[in-house]
Amino acid sequence: MQNATGSASRRGPVLAVAAAVTFTVAMIAWYLISYVFGLPPTVDAHANGRGTAITLQTVAATGHAPHPDWVSYYAMNPSGKWVHGTILKVPAHSTVTVTVINFDGMSGLRNPFLSQPRGTIGSVSVNGKPLRVMNPDEASHTFTIPRLGVSVPILGVGDNAPNQCDVPAPCPMSTAHTTTTFTIKTGKPGWYRWQCFVPCGAGWIFGNGGPMQTVGYMDGYLQVA
Amino acid sequence: MHERGHIRRALIIWAVGSVIAVLLIIFALGPHMPPGSATEEAKSQRFTNVLLAAVMAPLALAMIVAFLYAIITFRNRDGSLGDGPADFGDSRLQLGWLILTSSVVLLLAGLGTYALYEEPANAAGVGAGGGQGPAPIQRTSLNRLVVQVIGQQWQFTYRFPQYGGVETFRLELPVNRPVEFHVTSLDVVHAFWAYQLGVKADAVPGADNIAFATPRHLGSFDIRCAELCGVWHGEMSDKGLIVAPSAFTSWITSQRRANAPATGNLPPYARSYFPDPPGRAG
Amino acid sequence: MDILGSGIVRGIVGAVVGYVIFYLIGRRIGNTIPYVADLDQNDPAIFIGYLGAIAGWLAGLGFLAYPLRRMAGAPADIGSDRHGGGSMRYLGLCTDHKVIGLQYLGAVGVLFFIAGLNAMLIRIELLRPASPIYSPGQYLTIVTLHGTMMIMIMSAVVVGPFGHYLMPLMIGSGRMAFPRLEALSFWLVPIAGAILMSSVDFGGMAIGWTGYPTLANQANAGIDGYIVAFALIAFAMILNGLNILATVIHMRAPGMSWSRLPMFVWGIVATGALMALAPMVFVAALVMEALDRTASTNFYVASGGGSPFLYENLFWFFGHPEVYILALPGFGIVLELLPVFSRKPLWGYRLGVAGILGVAILSFAVWQHHLFVSGINSNLRPFYMLTTELISVPTGLIFLVGLGTIWGGKLRFEVPMLFSLAFFFNFLIGGISGVFLSDVPSDVTLHGSYFVMAHFHYTIMGGLVFAFFAGIYYWLPKMTGLQLNQRLAKWHFWTMFIFFNTTFLPLFAAGMLNMPRRVNTYDPDLRGLNIWVSISAFLLGISMLIFLFNLVWSLAFVRRPAEQNPWRSRGLEWQLPTPVPADPFLEPPVIEDAPYGYGDPRSVPVIDPVPESP
Repeated sequence: MQNATGSASRRGPVLAVAAAVTFTVAMIAWYLISYVFGLPPTVDAHANGRGTAITLQTVAATGHAPHPDWVSYYAMNPSGKWVHGTILKVPAHSTVTVTVINFDGMSGLRNPFLSQPRGTIGSVSVNGKPLRVMNPDEASHTFTIPRLGVSVPILGVGDNAPNQCDVPAPCPMSTAHTTTTFTIKTGKPGWYRWQCFVPCGAGWIFGNGGPMQTVGYMDGYLQVA
Repeated sequence: MHERGHIRRALIIWAVGSVIAVLLIIFALGPHMPPGSATEEAKSQRFTNVLLAAVMAPLALAMIVAFLYAIITFRNRDGSLGDGPADFGDSRLQLGWLILTSSVVLLLAGLGTYALYEEPANAAGVGAGGGQGPAPIQRTSLNRLVVQVIGQQWQFTYRFPQYGGVETFRLELPVNRPVEFHVTSLDVVHAFWAYQLGVKADAVPGADNIAFATPRHLGSFDIRCAELCGVWHGEMSDKGLIVAPSAFTSWITSQRRANAPATGNLPPYARSYFPDPPGRAG
Repeated sequence: MDILGSGIVRGIVGAVVGYVIFYLIGRRIGNTIPYVADLDQNDPAIFIGYLGAIAGWLAGLGFLAYPLRRMAGAPADIGSDRHGGGSMRYLGLCTDHKVIGLQYLGAVGVLFFIAGLNAMLIRIELLRPASPIYSPGQYLTIVTLHGTMMIMIMSAVVVGPFGHYLMPLMIGSGRMAFPRLEALSFWLVPIAGAILMSSVDFGGMAIGWTGYPTLANQANAGIDGYIVAFALIAFAMILNGLNILATVIHMRAPGMSWSRLPMFVWGIVATGALMALAPMVFVAALVMEALDRTASTNFYVASGGGSPFLYENLFWFFGHPEVYILALPGFGIVLELLPVFSRKPLWGYRLGVAGILGVAILSFAVWQHHLFVSGINSNLRPFYMLTTELISVPTGLIFLVGLGTIWGGKLRFEVPMLFSLAFFFNFLIGGISGVFLSDVPSDVTLHGSYFVMAHFHYTIMGGLVFAFFAGIYYWLPKMTGLQLNQRLAKWHFWTMFIFFNTTFLPLFAAGMLNMPRRVNTYDPDLRGLNIWVSISAFLLGISMLIFLFNLVWSLAFVRRPAEQNPWRSRGLEWQLPTPVPADPFLEPPVIEDAPYGYGDPRSVPVIDPVPESP
């Protein structure tokens, strides 16, 4: 509309500007649309001896673009490959065995209430031993699905443990880690968010920025289908 | 038609419409107005909602009827280019309108203030369920249940200082016992909105925001976060229950037993928590 | 080609160069801060880079040329940039108020389209109650982008195009008091829009347009763009407000007494006063937020000795007058247009002025009604309840003036009149719903819900945007010299009016039935309601495309010249030739009468002699 007052004899530059404006707006529109669509990849649960299982690992830093310094979960797909995705697809009304292999250090819970595992079927096993309650300062992350009432603290790797993982994710099993295993029951079909409640986004105020607020890092969905 | 005739006709249309609208609002819509009648506070809000609707409907109708009447009656039918009458205003009518609107406004503000400060026999209803900050208007009653609502990214948890400081994932409340909510946050600003209870209070880090509710009916209620608090704001919802006093006692007892290990790790009960140093630690 | 040498292209080059240079400097500074190493974002560098971009943009546009010339000893000169070559002056720094008005229209139009597209994207997500279509962070980013961009441009949507183009003509001055300041206040708008858009690429900004801390403190680097862009717009508003006040106070033509001032100018003056006074508080609040993010000053961090309440108070001290910065120009437009299409004088001119000024003054005393449940001193609530409800008294005056004006007239339902009448209907709904929100017991349920969202869309979109379109159909022929297609305009009006109401009326119910704002999931019971709303929102979007098509079709292809005074208005601007010449008032006009004397045998033309039309 800027061009409308131009006299009829000067249509050339007017049309060029109109084309430029249209092009810019179209590019912005395209950019916005491609920005909003696009969830991280969905990872199917895999079968183990007795049923469905999810295997996750947490790393202190992905080591990859676009966020090499961000703490993140990884999930194992049915062919045994680690995928950088946190949308986990599991069957409805079934029991799922969850294994979390943690390579990250101890960050500490903000709300010590979450130091106790709850909502699981049977007990939670940490490095083979049953977990009653964890020292809140030793927690590295939690695996929490609020709508299912499930919350399990994940033990951190001690600072003095030998052979810390310092390669780009996923971390090899030969590096220092803790293993947490538990069983949950899924409910009706739907999308259930899960997240970590340990403020582990280092550098952000309250530790709750960046990876803590990005699906694909410390947040995800349990896609119950 | 004569000027007075127009005004009389419009007034008749308005009066009939207003009577119908007010009756509909009070008798048809009123019982269904939010947020229901689960607590004294919800009842008081529902009463205010109905009252405001019943007062505003005739005012709104006055404008709509008058405008529509003018639009239909005074349209330029013959397409002539002439002008209308040169009427620059009527100061008596203007003064009357000013007095009318001012009195409606003062009446409503007075009623709203009364609803905030009234002290009914059952000591409930004061403050209308909103968060009142650390020094509330309402006096606390002796048999009250104190519930601390702790907002964190992204879940509300509840702490019961009268029951050994136990903290729970879910919220259950006994019927007919005044509840004193102390709403605070561990990180960013949330808002605790218990819809059917008629309670809404911002959860602000470092602050203790007190709200009251007295449940009157058994049932469940929706809890939602009503202040944008980050990526899972839309998922920060839950269901609570109003139960019989005996059911509440057994529930809180089982919670104390089940959550005993976590309770041992909790800091002492406080009106607000500063769980982290102000720095940017991980 | 001369487009490549135009101010806007030089400005873009300057902005990019400025950003890169300053970003690199800022990165060195930022890297000295320990926690920056833990983040993969460098907020100090981004802030400094944005400042460089702004400096480069303004330098590229040529804002430094005149001050440098003056420092070198050149004489003072107000007109040196005024009459550049032909249509090219629309693409660069120009101090002609008519050019700036049309530049505003272009910029506001582009940003309105982008922000509207965000609204469509929001409604796509809300088609499903629980399962996400977008990632929640992306969803909240477009919610924030929609809200922030709309608020930013709505504060200029009427004051920009109409205020700058028409207000100097309506008071018979032919220029603003400070033309270079005027150009500056415009050219900050496109760079603010670009900076806000760039936040999408810095991790988004999932914080909502209010940007409450401490969520804003912990958000991604995208919020840096929000802070800089909003501060720029607030700064532009301050400049604009001062300019408007100086112009109307000092530059009225002889005979243009305050009691002859057109209602539109009253609306702009009141807006100018608010713009001069309110946004500076907000700039300060944003600077504190920027310091919190870059230097850990902890103004808003409770555990560091600050308080989020500080920001909430400062924000709404600006935020509520801002709401009336959005409403008052709309009042001005509709009261200006009703007499023309009713062929009657404005009924109660003084009352209308009192209404506009009363709203403006009261708007500074109501801000805590946004914080009724926040836990700030609860004994203050009755006071803010009273002041808020008092605002309905001056607003009621405006309704009475509107009604009195059309009562007994000879109404002609041209498109501008249709939009003006729809304004009253929509604003009535918006005002009535505002009474519920001002009353504390009702607000406890409704605060932060979709009821609020529907309420302010009724006042801003139903009010201001409808008034804006009334103004477009009324004044654009004068501004461009070309007619708009009236048949398409009627289509636009009816689709917009119907789908606006079918979109936002159900949202009152959604809010009352426990749907909070800014959520990507909601109660499955509300699914049908939300699908209905989404579909009508898409149709509302299509209605906007009808307008866009009409604009392009009429102005670029048909190009039918407009008459000098198609509405037979008595307004001063309509007595000038169409299109308005570069210097409309070769000598100061003498104003003989008020503009609303329709049907009054004693009234005379507003200026004497009326210029010949070409």
